[in-house]
Amino acid sequence: MAELIDLSLVEAVRSLREGAISSRELTEAYLARITSLDKHLKAFLTLMPDAALAQASRADRLLASWRKEPQTQLPALLGVPIAIKDVLCVAGMPCTCGSRILETFVPPFNATAVERLLAAGMIVLGKTNTDEFAMGSSTENSAYGVTHNPWDLSRVPGGSSGGSAVAVAAHLSPVALGTDTGGSVRQPASFCGVTGIKPTYGRVSRYGLIAYGSSLDVVGVLGRDAMDVALVFQFIAGHDQSDATTMNVPIPDIHLEDTHDLSGLRIGVPEEYFVTGIQAQVETIIRQAISKLEELGARAVPVSLPHTRYALPVYYIIAPAEASANLARYDGVRYGPRIPSEDLWDVFRLTRGEMFGSEVKRRIMLGTYTLSAGYYDAYYGQAQKVRTLIKRDFDNTFESVDVIAAPVAPTTAFKIGEHGDDPLSMYLEDVFTLPANLAGIPGLAFPVGYDHSGLPIGMQIMGPHFREEILFQIAHTYQKVTEYHKQKPKL
Amino acid sequence: MLRNGECAQRLLGFDSARGIFSGDIILLMRLTKEEVEHIANLARLKLTGEEKGRYREQLSAILDYFTQLQGVDTTDIPPTSSVLPVRSVLRPDDPSPGLSLEELLENAPQTESGQFRVPPVLD
Repeated sequence: MAELIDLSLVEAVRSLREGAISSRELTEAYLARITSLDKHLKAFLTLMPDAALAQASRADRLLASWRKEPQTQLPALLGVPIAIKDVLCVAGMPCTCGSRILETFVPPFNATAVERLLAAGMIVLGKTNTDEFAMGSSTENSAYGVTHNPWDLSRVPGGSSGGSAVAVAAHLSPVALGTDTGGSVRQPASFCGVTGIKPTYGRVSRYGLIAYGSSLDVVGVLGRDAMDVALVFQFIAGHDQSDATTMNVPIPDIHLEDTHDLSGLRIGVPEEYFVTGIQAQVETIIRQAISKLEELGARAVPVSLPHTRYALPVYYIIAPAEASANLARYDGVRYGPRIPSEDLWDVFRLTRGEMFGSEVKRRIMLGTYTLSAGYYDAYYGQAQKVRTLIKRDFDNTFESVDVIAAPVAPTTAFKIGEHGDDPLSMYLEDVFTLPANLAGIPGLAFPVGYDHSGLPIGMQIMGPHFREEILFQIAHTYQKVTEYHKQKPKL
Repeated sequence: MLRNGECAQRLLGFDSARGIFSGDIILLMRLTKEEVEHIANLARLKLTGEEKGRYREQLSAILDYFTQLQGVDTTDIPPTSSVLPVRSVLRPDDPSPGLSLEELLENAPQTESGQFRVPPVLD
């Protein structure tokens, strides 16, 4: 039998039900690995070992009773651990959003996505590191230190769901929840060699997700393969009364066929995503992966998404604008620390000025400016219209192809500190992931090779709204005939 | 005014080594120091002198980068405020229990008599 920490989610669920392993030993194995490795990786901000073990023991008791009466209901994912990005509320666990302004915040409720996984029997190991308020592409913007890429500790894991991606890549947890507003699940998945889904906007409840850009934020899943990710996705997806932006559409019952046949599948390859400036090996590897899909029967079709180049300025107008509104609530009054003063306005100014990091302040200011009187139409108004054009590019393209394949990022994992204090150069890391968030479409990233330094390269498949099942099937089929997703960094 | 001054159209070719415009082009910065202070005040952010200078440069460069959107023809294009076709989602007007007062006050730095305690507004 494989090492406990190497069991996939699917294998772990099966082994637990069969009684081959216990939840207690599985959880202990993960906690031990975290204890030994996380000091080098710094993926976790909060760990709850005692609570996790208590839940594991409870899970074992339930499993034992169930084995005596197997006709009774058993929570589907009972006894398997998960890590949660520190922007999602888990009752009783700190939720810092990687910021000092929420240093002391302990939510009294669970995010819906978390609630659904707890109901399915999962055990939360702890909260993972994130760029502050999910603003960033490297996890360097966390107030609590940077997380290290397990493939090369001197490099970033990507962001903002860097902690979750590392937890999965380094086998500190079988699966993890992340969030993707501009690429924050797909890009760290690519940099860390794991599989990550950004669902369709409106597919997963944002209740309990601390908001950054409300028209863009999506809760996503990271795991070692498409099967595991699809499984967790099915539990978190679905309409929620508490989130008026969830759509009442049925969740497809995702049965991933073990086929090697993708005949009939038309894959659009957008020319705008293969411009000069991307790392040469990234282009080579992505094209190889697309060829592989063609070997499996798919047909690659060149397509054009002409407004791609505008995704960056559009996103960096819309997201900070929404953020400036969403982060107005952090004022030292109801939660988090307060810098005292005799005047209330100073409480707000000092608390926010000192407790927010630079990137957060920059984006709040950008958003405040572009929404302010006299500038709204030129910036925000125009950005919203160009957003429509970006979305229409995808709608039009999906009339002639089923999915779109593209690189996730223009580079592999860069060195910690490489972008210095240069916000625009960091923003350019997101060029390929932003369009999907602006259009609201789903995107699935999975590993398809390595660069000459051995750093993982991910490809993303994007699909029409609410068609995640096609994306999972493509990745699953690819993963049946390749081994990239099975590689583990040497630690 | 120099506000609509030139800026190079840069996409993947952005000069990350220099980051911002150098030398005397700094005078062409889109934002004035007063504007930065005004924005910071609107956003209730107290900034140090160093921060004001740094953010002025960085935000000016970012705003310059945005000007490329002006060239996009958006005649008759509706804005997208939500990618979903959902509007006016309502629920029945039936009250249901929420969080308790205790839970709501749990995280506050200062409370008094079941309320959030704050200093007065002095100006």
